Amino acid sequence: MISQQLILSGVGGQGILFITRLLAETAIAKGLPVMTSETHGMAQRGGIVISHLKVGGFSSPLVRPGRADGMIALKPENALLHRHFLADSGWIGVNASSLPEGRGDLPVFPVPADSLALEMKAPRSVNLIVLGRVLAEAGRLFCDFEDVRLILEKKLATKPSLLQSSLEAFRAGADFAQRAGC
Amino acid sequence: MSERILMQGNEAMARGLVENGCIVATSYPGTPASEILSSVMAWQKAEGLAMHVEWAINEKVALEIAYTASQSGLRSAVAMKQVGLNVASDPLLSAAYLGVTGGFIVISADDPGPHSSQTEQDSRLLAMLAKIPVLDPGSPAQAREFTALAFELSEAFQVPVLLRPTTRVCHACQDILPAEVNKLQRKADFRKDPARWAATPNFRYRLHLDLNRKLADIAAHEPTAPRLLNPGAASSRAVVASGVAAAHAREILENLGLWDGLPLFQVIQPYPLHDTFVRNILDTYEEILVLEETAGVIELQLRDRARVRGKVSGAVPEAGELLPELIEHIVAEFAGMPFDPVSTPPASGGRRPTLCPGCPHRASFYAIKKAAPKGIYPSDIGCYTLGLNLGGVDTVLCMGASVSQAAGFHQTYRVSGEQRDVVATIGDSTFFHSGIPPLIDAVSQGAKFVLVILDNSTTAMTGNQPTPAVPLPGRVPVAIAPVVEGCGVRFCKTGDPLDLPGFTHLVGEAVEFARNEGVAVVIAKSPCLVDRTRPRLPRRQVEVSETCTGCRVCTSQFECPALVYDGNTKKVTVDLLICSGCGVCIDVCPSRSITGREEGP
Repeated sequence: MISQQLILSGVGGQGILFITRLLAETAIAKGLPVMTSETHGMAQRGGIVISHLKVGGFSSPLVRPGRADGMIALKPENALLHRHFLADSGWIGVNASSLPEGRGDLPVFPVPADSLALEMKAPRSVNLIVLGRVLAEAGRLFCDFEDVRLILEKKLATKPSLLQSSLEAFRAGADFAQRAGC
Repeated sequence: MSERILMQGNEAMARGLVENGCIVATSYPGTPASEILSSVMAWQKAEGLAMHVEWAINEKVALEIAYTASQSGLRSAVAMKQVGLNVASDPLLSAAYLGVTGGFIVISADDPGPHSSQTEQDSRLLAMLAKIPVLDPGSPAQAREFTALAFELSEAFQVPVLLRPTTRVCHACQDILPAEVNKLQRKADFRKDPARWAATPNFRYRLHLDLNRKLADIAAHEPTAPRLLNPGAASSRAVVASGVAAAHAREILENLGLWDGLPLFQVIQPYPLHDTFVRNILDTYEEILVLEETAGVIELQLRDRARVRGKVSGAVPEAGELLPELIEHIVAEFAGMPFDPVSTPPASGGRRPTLCPGCPHRASFYAIKKAAPKGIYPSDIGCYTLGLNLGGVDTVLCMGASVSQAAGFHQTYRVSGEQRDVVATIGDSTFFHSGIPPLIDAVSQGAKFVLVILDNSTTAMTGNQPTPAVPLPGRVPVAIAPVVEGCGVRFCKTGDPLDLPGFTHLVGEAVEFARNEGVAVVIAKSPCLVDRTRPRLPRRQVEVSETCTGCRVCTSQFECPALVYDGNTKKVTVDLLICSGCGVCIDVCPSRSITGREEGP
């Protein structure tokens, strides 16, 4: 069975919870067991928000340090703050033009999501831009771009205008990877 | 339903309640328990069930309403966070003696860490105090399963049952297959029995004896007995764990290659611990490691200090969350294995939570500091505790204490022959929860202070649950101002904090009244920006001009996260990604360098 442990990190208001659940529901659609752990309460007011996502046969909702296969960071400083969760073979998808002081040997998939979101007049879409960017890297996640797109469409079926802007942001992240020749 | 769906632990508990015929469910919101009742509401709607589901004014009232349904023969439940159980402990301890008719579950969600609480208290200790059984789920799936166990246990022994999830159960999500709703078709049937339901002290003694007998029987109740998770494992040592610590331990034993070599027991019912289990485990194993959060409740009931390792013995930390990396270390040591220290987090970094950009509370605190710059600022529990960041909060004790503490400061300084300006802040929901009795007390005792009620018409911190003042279908809204006036307060005025100059003037007027006359109340009325049920208003686009002097009043004294000081230009810029366009900073800037123009929504 596929087995994957991920860390998703950002600050309150960036939509970490949304993309965590989006990926978890994608796992269920693929017939995979899934566990997540979310941050709620006071930290959601602009503080550090971290989600753990475990796809496969796990019993604990938390990822231990040194065991994450990858990390999605919606702020560059979060990539540094939480990189101790990553395994030696881990990768980082990050909202940044590049990752300063990154662990040299780790694959880093950057995307300047803040400026892309502002250009698209969709300041709340940073989360989907970064997720789209990571999904452009074949084989990194337990699912692919199309798997997630289907779930996104299902989740936002009753909110057509939000769905449209969300899909645009999601594609913009993936397109950025292509444009940058990543 | 035939599909597995992603359920949060709180949703799963709610599903369990609904599936097992719960008819009355009540709650007061508090992290990590808040989503339980909103999920009950969602399942009720989806299944078209006849239920009474209510956000009560506080946990005590919530428990009493749900308990009454149980006295009347219906299955009922009340949900709260652990500190809420302190508030509800009075009726709970009495209900334990009187017992129940319909199954009655008290859900108290603990918060080891703590992540979003004042204390790390272990609700299981309160179950011991109340002499009621407690179940300790280790995952969302178990949280759902244990609601069925709890209802059966409660009805079998006519006793309230505590269900004690922790943050990592409440806020974990898991794929779960929902079951059919079991409609029990019960009708309310309260049978008068004053000797029991209104028992006098003489009868209470007999009820106490009954309760002790029940507990002895519950300690032999087979369905809630501890479960051996790896029956093939053989060793002279064993691990006993409960809650999410058992879930962590399971994965860790597998990773360490100990699954076949170290028996792991999951305790379902930490109190009362099953007698046979206690005897067997002490007879069978030479050494026993107990992993549980947050106190050593199971450990205390394993009566052999020399062979039992846990919190009391010092093998397991007695404070803080029992994170899996910590458990890995403890288990490896217990099994006599070498252990490689894992990579550790950076020593510094992160960012503190802050009031949202555009939050009206920020403007209220700024106005209070201007109106009473030398004041003492007692505050309370809610988002506005974050007024700490801008120096608008001096004390936070517990729900409602801002009002009593304001009175306490007045009286304390008065006996010393001094008068200090005291300006307290309390949220609207917290005011209803427990701010009213201390306000009556303050007025009747002649205290002098200002109370600013931060009225954003919602319970914001926990996810925008309605307060009693919110008009909803089928409810009678209760306005704050008449309540305040009914408490005997003679100065009660309402203002909009986003009109900073006007609101600062109003707080100044209240400070003046309090100095001379008595308690003054200001209601700061402005809606929460995070409340998505409200329409978005047209907003201003705020700009910082070249005349910015870099004085940083707006970033330190006003502390808006959308205003960012740029060390290179020595000027402030606006983070347009998060600016709400409230425009309050225009009035905060001493050099009038912030300007705004109207924009569309």
